[in-house]
Amino acid sequence: MFSWFANPHRFLSLSNWLAPACYAGGLILMIWGMWQGLWVVPKDDYQGGDIMRVMFMHVPTAWLAMASYSALAVMSFIWFIWRHEVADVAAKAIAPLGAVWTAICLATGSIWGKPTWGTWWQWDDARMMSVLFMFFLFLGYMALRAAMDTRQKAARAGAILAMVGAINVPLIHYSVEMFTSLHQTASVITSSGPKMSAVYLWPLLSCALGQSLLFAGLVQTQMRTEIRDRRTAKLRAQLMAGG
Amino acid sequence: MTEPLLTGTGLGMIRGERVLFRDVSLEARMHDTVILRGANGAGKTTLLRILAGLTRPESGAVTRSAPHHWVSHREGLKPHETPHEHLSLWAKAWGATANVDGILKFMGLSRPADVPARHLSAGQRRRTALARLLLQPRSIWLLDEPFTALDAEGRELVLSLIEDHCREGGCVVAAIHGEAGFGAANEVTL
Amino acid sequence: MSAQPIFAAFRQALAEAWAGGAGALLPLGFFAGTAVLVPLGIGTDPATLRAVGPGILWVALALSSLVTLERIFQADTEDGALDLWLQTEAPPSAIAAAKTLAHFLTAGLPLALLSPLLALMFQAQASTGLLVNAAYYAVGGLAFYFWGGVGAALSATVRRGGLLISLIALPLYVPTAIFGAMAMTDAPGSQNAPLLLAASALFALAVAPFAMAAALRLAAD
Repeated sequence: MFSWFANPHRFLSLSNWLAPACYAGGLILMIWGMWQGLWVVPKDDYQGGDIMRVMFMHVPTAWLAMASYSALAVMSFIWFIWRHEVADVAAKAIAPLGAVWTAICLATGSIWGKPTWGTWWQWDDARMMSVLFMFFLFLGYMALRAAMDTRQKAARAGAILAMVGAINVPLIHYSVEMFTSLHQTASVITSSGPKMSAVYLWPLLSCALGQSLLFAGLVQTQMRTEIRDRRTAKLRAQLMAGG
Repeated sequence: MTEPLLTGTGLGMIRGERVLFRDVSLEARMHDTVILRGANGAGKTTLLRILAGLTRPESGAVTRSAPHHWVSHREGLKPHETPHEHLSLWAKAWGATANVDGILKFMGLSRPADVPARHLSAGQRRRTALARLLLQPRSIWLLDEPFTALDAEGRELVLSLIEDHCREGGCVVAAIHGEAGFGAANEVTL
Repeated sequence: MSAQPIFAAFRQALAEAWAGGAGALLPLGFFAGTAVLVPLGIGTDPATLRAVGPGILWVALALSSLVTLERIFQADTEDGALDLWLQTEAPPSAIAAAKTLAHFLTAGLPLALLSPLLALMFQAQASTGLLVNAAYYAVGGLAFYFWGGVGAALSATVRRGGLLISLIALPLYVPTAIFGAMAMTDAPGSQNAPLLLAASALFALAVAPFAMAAALRLAAD
């Protein structure tokens, strides 16, 4: 199935309409969700009053931080096994975007944390710590790719690191949870999830889906640029070699 | 006609976006010497590394039907290692029962046998690396610029090694810049 | 497959570690130096030092593993020894594991053995507990060296690879560092920490050699 997508031409013609569709769908969902979240839904005093509205930004970024690292690992695996070039292009495109989303997740979490916890950074929060380490994994991945002297080597080194990171993520998460459970002072933010009332749920889902679509659109745009860059480089090399 | 010891078919290599070579085929049978030729940067070393199985070719395949020796311009000597230690180590690693002292004497390395590699001359280091060829009989020799840094006497020594090896049924694939000094069964130009 | 190349790689790595002149003294000096800087930075209050001591030693152990690992595969790539090791009859993962283990024994284990002394300087009570802690440092150090080895193998062809190794390896050090630090407290819920520490080291031993092998094949390519 994947080898069908692995053809760069097919990817270019597919993303030619899919990327704009992702942007459009993402924007609509985001605008509706944010409008609902920021102006329409009632504030929840138990969750810190108006500041809880940052949730409509924060929770989707947290989901995307996890999802983007998973996608990076899956793409790396596909590239490592089958050497489909599009998988490497995807991995390369996902990393910086994933890092940005992870950073936004940390920043919004911090902003939410200040009034509720009374501190910008809570070492006892397992989720924040896990996301922080994911941020480092992204940075390491990008730095390693950048340090390699050819794109083939960058792809191989990156794939190895992403896979090693991916099998470590569950362990990191588990250890961080254990660490924080020892230190935990009663957390102000109660677990969200299915218990949450529908007033919040629908705008939140809308924001999450919207951000995911935007993310997918941006990844595709990045990939298109990368594919064209590689073609240009190939053509230039052919020209310099005299045909 | 004997079976080839080493075959490379349709080998191609790309570094970054640069095509180093494409569709290179070669084979080496018993008693064969194959010389790789080409300008600096043409990919001789890369082709040898592909033949040794160190580098994965972009296209094509390599089959070796016998074990091989590898000697390149990077000798594999540690700065603190003496020629004697180096040869003993690799004899052990390969499970070879070789007369290390005899080999050192043959290669003209008796005197610096216990000098750490960082104090050896380039020629002495090269002789040490080439001495590995004698630790264990292996049919295929892959040599990258074997004469570099050698004096006239060292060159003669290596030439005689290559000739003996081929006479005894081995084959040699060597990247050589300039005069080879021996008759090659085959030349591959990149 | 044959075990002889693995022993040979182990012996060469040991010889190399000792040949630097200072041998195991250099990492020890770095470890002790890092640890000794801390009281200068945070003050000399005995209660504070006693509280942070074990954690400081974990950090110093992690840092010294990163510093000493930089050259482990880079030197092999530059002098061509890597080519030879990859062409032996032993799997590259076993060669990489043997080299990393040798490196741990010469650079990491001495730090663990020195740790009781440093713990005393951090105002810990002299007791057999310090020896138990030394064992924890040894087990945790093993995990550090193997994950660090993955970083070192991946950056074997990179100039100034040391900084890159740190960025790559530090997230992988997290579970071991956490379990290790927990094993040294008696907080409720940390009873399993020694087991988890050992498990994280075993996990590193099981996974890292294969990643190192893939990275070394890339470095030779």
